[in-house]
Amino acid sequence: MKGSIYKVLGLLLVAYSLIYGLLTKVPDLPIIEESIRNLFYHVSMWFAMVAMMAASFWNAIRFLSTEDLAKDRRSISLAEMGMFFSFMGLFTGMFWAKFTWGAWWTNDPKLNGTAITILIYLAYFVLRNSMDDARKKARISAVYNIFAFVMMIVFIGILPRMTDSLHPGNGGNPGFNSYDLDNGLRMVFYPAVLGWIFLGTWIASLRYRLKVLQE
Amino acid sequence: MRKFLPLLAMCLPLMGWAQNDNPMYSNGKIYVVVAVIAIIFVGLALYLIHLDRKITKLENEK
Repeated sequence: MKGSIYKVLGLLLVAYSLIYGLLTKVPDLPIIEESIRNLFYHVSMWFAMVAMMAASFWNAIRFLSTEDLAKDRRSISLAEMGMFFSFMGLFTGMFWAKFTWGAWWTNDPKLNGTAITILIYLAYFVLRNSMDDARKKARISAVYNIFAFVMMIVFIGILPRMTDSLHPGNGGNPGFNSYDLDNGLRMVFYPAVLGWIFLGTWIASLRYRLKVLQE
Repeated sequence: MRKFLPLLAMCLPLMGWAQNDNPMYSNGKIYVVVAVIAIIFVGLALYLIHLDRKITKLENEK
């Protein structure tokens, strides 16, 4: 029961963000208008993805130092969940872009960086599935996971900030400053991020337990 | 199905209200959308809990 607290908390926080995110008052901005509410849904997908990939990366390192296959199973389960979040973030972002920036895809550095990140992680899954020996598979994919995570940070965390971008907080500005977010938005956005991270961890743990059962 | 009955029962009082004082008709009916999203989310949550229990049962059998 004690281990389930984060699951309940995740459900409550996400439910709160879904419902209160529609009802709360938002700043009236040109072009974006009511779609600023997508901050609670679209942006939290990316935060959850980065958290999943970070946990996957951590478990990959733990595997390399302990040679414990359970760590490898955790690592892949979390990466799968991170992949799910990144696709959800990508599709919601394309939809949002169409009606605010005017196109489904733009040459924004963050978009292209994300596309590369997704390809890097897809290669991770292909690499894993190309090997039969469990230990070899775990070791090689753990090393690749470390590479993939670092590349992700470079492509979505660093490079977009070094040039101009349509995304807020890029082009030299820090991501969270007083111009981008007001306190009303923060009150929904941060709980949403936390809630999705908890839910993602829960679903990843289900996938992990299924993998144990299948063996 | 039985699990969803309390949820449906919660909506019953709303159906008995007259149009002019039922909050579901106010603010451009945005609360109807909120209720729909809430129902979908409750459904998903119950499904996830169900899945978790099922896996726990399988683990105990092993």
